[in-house]
Amino acid sequence: MSIKTHVKLGLSALALSVSFHTMAAEDPIKVGILHSLSGTMAISETALKDTMEMLIEKQNEQGGVNGRMLEAVVVDPASNWPLFAEKARELLEKEKVDVIFGNWTSVSRKSVLPVVEELNGLLFYPVQYEGEESSENVFYTGAAPNQQAIPAVNYLKDELGVERWVLAGTDYVYPRTTNKILETYLKDMGVAEADIMINYTPFGHSDWQSIVSDIKAFGSAGKKTAVVSTINGDANVPFYRELGNQGISSSDIPVVAFSVGEQELSGIDTGPLVGHLAAWNYFMSVDNDANYDFIDAWVEFKGDDKAVTNDPMEAHYIGFNMYVEAVKKAGTTDVEAIKEAIIGVAVPNLTGGIATMMPNHHITKPVLIGEIQDNGQFSVVWETSSTVAGDAWSDFLPGSRDLIADWRAPMKCGNFNVKTGSCGASAGEQALADAE
Amino acid sequence: MGILRSLLSLRLASLLALLMAIAAPAFSQTEEDPGQALLANLADASPRQMDAAIEAIVNSGDPRARSWLDAFGNNRLSRNKDTGQVVVVLRNVGRDWTIADPLTGENLGEISRRELDRVNINNAIRGKLEGVLAMLDLYSTNPEIQRTAAEAMMGKVNETVIEPLNNLLAQDLPARVRDRLELAVAIYQLEQGDAQAKADAITTLTGSLHSRARAALNNAVAGDDPAIAASAKAALISIEQKLKMNRAAETLYFGLSLGSVLVLAAIGLAITFGVMGVINMAHGELIMLGAYTTWGMQQLLPGQPGLALILSIPAGFMVAALAGIAIERSVIQYLKGRPLETLLATFGISLILQQLVRTVISPLNRSVTTPEWMSGSLVINDALSLTLNRLYVIGFALVVFAGLMLIMRRTRLGLEVRAVTQNRAMARSMGIKATRVDIMTFALGSGVAGLAGVALSQITNVGPNLGQNYIIDSFMVVVFGGVGNLWGTLVAGLTLGTINQILEPWAGAVLAKIMVLVMIILFIQKRPRGLFPQKGRAAEG
Repeated sequence: MSIKTHVKLGLSALALSVSFHTMAAEDPIKVGILHSLSGTMAISETALKDTMEMLIEKQNEQGGVNGRMLEAVVVDPASNWPLFAEKARELLEKEKVDVIFGNWTSVSRKSVLPVVEELNGLLFYPVQYEGEESSENVFYTGAAPNQQAIPAVNYLKDELGVERWVLAGTDYVYPRTTNKILETYLKDMGVAEADIMINYTPFGHSDWQSIVSDIKAFGSAGKKTAVVSTINGDANVPFYRELGNQGISSSDIPVVAFSVGEQELSGIDTGPLVGHLAAWNYFMSVDNDANYDFIDAWVEFKGDDKAVTNDPMEAHYIGFNMYVEAVKKAGTTDVEAIKEAIIGVAVPNLTGGIATMMPNHHITKPVLIGEIQDNGQFSVVWETSSTVAGDAWSDFLPGSRDLIADWRAPMKCGNFNVKTGSCGASAGEQALADAE
Repeated sequence: MGILRSLLSLRLASLLALLMAIAAPAFSQTEEDPGQALLANLADASPRQMDAAIEAIVNSGDPRARSWLDAFGNNRLSRNKDTGQVVVVLRNVGRDWTIADPLTGENLGEISRRELDRVNINNAIRGKLEGVLAMLDLYSTNPEIQRTAAEAMMGKVNETVIEPLNNLLAQDLPARVRDRLELAVAIYQLEQGDAQAKADAITTLTGSLHSRARAALNNAVAGDDPAIAASAKAALISIEQKLKMNRAAETLYFGLSLGSVLVLAAIGLAITFGVMGVINMAHGELIMLGAYTTWGMQQLLPGQPGLALILSIPAGFMVAALAGIAIERSVIQYLKGRPLETLLATFGISLILQQLVRTVISPLNRSVTTPEWMSGSLVINDALSLTLNRLYVIGFALVVFAGLMLIMRRTRLGLEVRAVTQNRAMARSMGIKATRVDIMTFALGSGVAGLAGVALSQITNVGPNLGQNYIIDSFMVVVFGGVGNLWGTLVAGLTLGTINQILEPWAGAVLAKIMVLVMIILFIQKRPRGLFPQKGRAAEG
């Protein structure tokens, strides 16, 4: 090594330390993390908090954004829906965070909506949901029904020849709306009323004997039958166990689930589940280097060899990177500037494609169908040829058919009715009205 | 015909497997092993070519074909991205996977999962593969394998296997296997055969309770031949009649099974709440501790889930009993006679215990393995099978109940408990140490909750929320049965379980739950002391 290079190195080190000083001088970008760390939803949401912390750590190792470091502000809304609104207010008013990543259940999101709209915050929501919403202040990085439910039904119909449908779900807003959409969709395709069975169960339902027996009877009518399951996380284990015990294999009556991911499977012996399906936009088993790097980083961050990744974690990965890109593009963390800058921002996802933020605040995603394997992972058996843009307002619900969302000027509306040419109340106002 | 020949040759081959195995390494060194091409063909096949690729492997008559297809069916066949070699994945957990050579069976050590490309299989192919494998197994000399294979042939018969099947049926077969195969062939004939074959098939299928038989008949009813449709309809009606009886029996079983779960969850409460009068909201969390003990035991004894489960019975009892003692000594004893404070304090304890488990162990559910002898079901007939895990739980609930009755009726402790609860002051003046009795009683009730947890670990999720799901039901059962009466708890649990299961298919799970609750409220209005009210002076206290 010559003296020259030594000098060069020294100079660049000096430059680095100078730039570091200017960095430290600026305030950090505050990232609020609003995920339940206690109570019933802790099972799902804790991993998302950890994901955010990991992403922030990685970003800071690269020098932050625009010379500013990121700082995580973690609060615990304790699976308590009204507390979500309070904590969101605390984050925005007291902590003055620049952006919030959070929520899992739709009801918690509805509770937070009026607050982020009132205080003009930014919320990235990472979970698949029932759609029928688009807020100026919320970015939906999880799947809308047309990015999960509809393609899954198409797969069952076209690839497996399913003609008889059981729509089974937990009794709350996401399954009810999704099933309403699916029912209309199936009937539009010519499926008879008698070939659709709809069943709802309470949260945490653990006694599936008679329902599984019903499904078995429904499936012996001669047509290929499948179960489309919107059964919520916890209740799935006893459901699958009962299927196995009553001798229903995936080749008899396949079950395609929208809420069963790697994390849920890590709590079960998956032997009897092999071949049952799930529809997501990401699977841990996806064969892609970016994904492997993400998994390795996650395993290292958690210090647990068996740590699994799942779809909402990927959604946070995408959402976080989109926010970072938007801050770079806008050159500021000002909420209005970010709202403008982020539309059209494209970042790589973990399945080898590109996710783009659409004007309706939903993103483009590939749809993957995976079969459960004996190691608790999914093997991808089908995927859409290109990414699908999220549709906030379903075409299969009477009220929402004519609505579109576009947050670019001059429309700037989350529920513009193309028939009447008018814009309805904001998502937050609607949530408040529904609550009353 | 090709398949038939190959099947026969495969059977021969399996007889000569040993001989071949000795010969195999010799030729793999001198010339290319034909298995390599077969596997590469399978790995390269598009979904449409899959059938042909599988058939080629079966047709090859290679003695290793079975193991290849098994690996393929289990998602264990992968391709090395660099070398293109097809390998069997032995262990597919973590970053590095253990692989083996499918040709020689030689262990190739560990390889990064990034280097492997899985040979894709989906449900449709797996279904066909199951048919092919079952067909191979039909020639097995092991009657158990043969029987399972015959069972698997239901609905998997197609034109390629119908001839070998008929040949097989011409031979001497065990009755059960013959019966199954005849049904399987009849199902095929009803779908594909000529008019005469269809009519014969309907005769065979009449009276069968198998769901595939019903499916085939249902299809025949919708078919275009009116005569066939009419006789299929008649067959279906007679089957429906038989099914009704079975469905009733099934519902009763479901009811008893749900009831026994309720009894198990509630019986500990029947002691602490019913006998002692302590409103213990942490009862559910004691159940949870029992379930976690089972999980812990299985972690201590890896590979022996059955033994771990049996050892968990005393261990779960002890853990929950000790936790119960701790709760009684630290909180409940200071709140005697103040039910509202007890309720709030124990509710607090339940939250603390939940969050403790979340923080110390994990917020995620833990996986408890079901031992071999507890999974599957006891087949009564094609329409009625009793799931084994539930059968065990029913038995366990009855044993626990009998044990508790014995303790309360026949032991010194039982006598003292009854004396103290009936008249504390009098009992103390007779020399009974009331405090000691309190501790023992609470420990007993808590321990039984632990036992319930051990049983529940086989039925539901083992997670921090386990207890929450059972606490309301437990109180419901105890109140409905009559506070302070163990028999009441048993009868109430079984009754509520059965009513719930009768209502559920008809009203849906959510409405059924509400209806049961409304029913109990109305009942309590009429009979405030429950099904079996305590009589005498004790009831006044």
